[in-house]
Amino acid sequence: MAMTEQEILAGLGEIIDEIAGVPADQVTPDKTFIDDLDIDSLSMVEIAVAAQDKFGVEIPDEELKNLKTVQDVVVFVQRSGVSA
Amino acid sequence: MRLEHGTAGARILAFGGYQPANEVTNDDLAATVQTSDEWIRSRIGVASRRIAGPDETVADMAVAAGGKALAGSGLSPDDIDLVIVATCTPESQIPNVSATVAHRLGITAPGAYDLNAACAGFCYALANASDSVRAGSARHVLVIGAEKMSAWLDWTDRSTCIIFGDGAGAAVVGPVTDPEQPPGIGPVEWGSTGGMADKILVANRTSFISQQGQAVFRWATTELHPVAKAACDRAGVAPQDLAAFIPHQANLRIVESIARKLEVPRERVADDIVHAGNTSSASIPLAMSRMIERDEIGSGEQVLFLGFGAGLCYAAQVITVP
Repeated sequence: MAMTEQEILAGLGEIIDEIAGVPADQVTPDKTFIDDLDIDSLSMVEIAVAAQDKFGVEIPDEELKNLKTVQDVVVFVQRSGVSA
Repeated sequence: MRLEHGTAGARILAFGGYQPANEVTNDDLAATVQTSDEWIRSRIGVASRRIAGPDETVADMAVAAGGKALAGSGLSPDDIDLVIVATCTPESQIPNVSATVAHRLGITAPGAYDLNAACAGFCYALANASDSVRAGSARHVLVIGAEKMSAWLDWTDRSTCIIFGDGAGAAVVGPVTDPEQPPGIGPVEWGSTGGMADKILVANRTSFISQQGQAVFRWATTELHPVAKAACDRAGVAPQDLAAFIPHQANLRIVESIARKLEVPRERVADDIVHAGNTSSASIPLAMSRMIERDEIGSGEQVLFLGFGAGLCYAAQVITVP
């Protein structure tokens, strides 16, 4: 069964809290990583690696620069057809 | 043919470090390239670095660090029969640095070779030194990591010139002579990922160091903690029992990420990069000698070294503090 948007969002919130120290409740779909959440490119790599462990979806460096908002990541994970 | 018997174990007798006098702060760099103290501290973890003078060579720095280690070991130059200099920034490929350094230190006719495994170089050289002592090819080895990174930097490139520094670190390796004494250099866990060779490189004789930061960061934060763990397992030392973890001082965030995954408490992790920058093969022995100088670590305690960098090459081993 594919993960729901809410499940991915919650998982992403936990990852971002742990890596960047941004409280999970601030990780909402419309937020941009760089401007709203103050997350830099190296943290994005760490988040991508953690997301890979959590969701089983590889997010390559080339893809990373296209993922500007939280929603972008949620959609990317969903499209990659993750099973919970 | 007759073979010589070596010794069961090798150990480190002393460390020594050297940094050039000229300190360059982040604010100094911000005056010439578009960057800031805050940006450099948060992304790289460097506050200042030392830069060699225009006439100061890799050999000069290697002699300074090597001389300190030699003095600390209590040996005389004549006791050394092998000198290995790990460097990727020699002024010239011919002659090598090590023979010159040996000569300047008054070491007579030792085996002498340079070794290039970039930022992993010191750990590679230490492994070779240990093996040479154990096999009987040498009795005492002077191992030096020395780099003049500044000569290979584009000082207008704000993505690289903020990272690196110059310096040298050295160790004297000898046999374990007391049967009661435990071995002082554990098995080396080493390897390379040549498929990623283009991620950190100097493209040709007239170019400077360039790297793909994100790719290197991802590699370092995902592939290296298992290497460090394997070195601990092979030495029979749990990461939690280490007195210190000294990874190559590449970038403070890489250092902290690997330490977290290895579950080594932050206060036991070297952060020498803050005042040294990334000094490639010199970073590990420099950090180690500073810890010893400041009495932050005691004799007989166990420390994990992890070198990694261009190649991409990596190596790790557990050592006992002299």
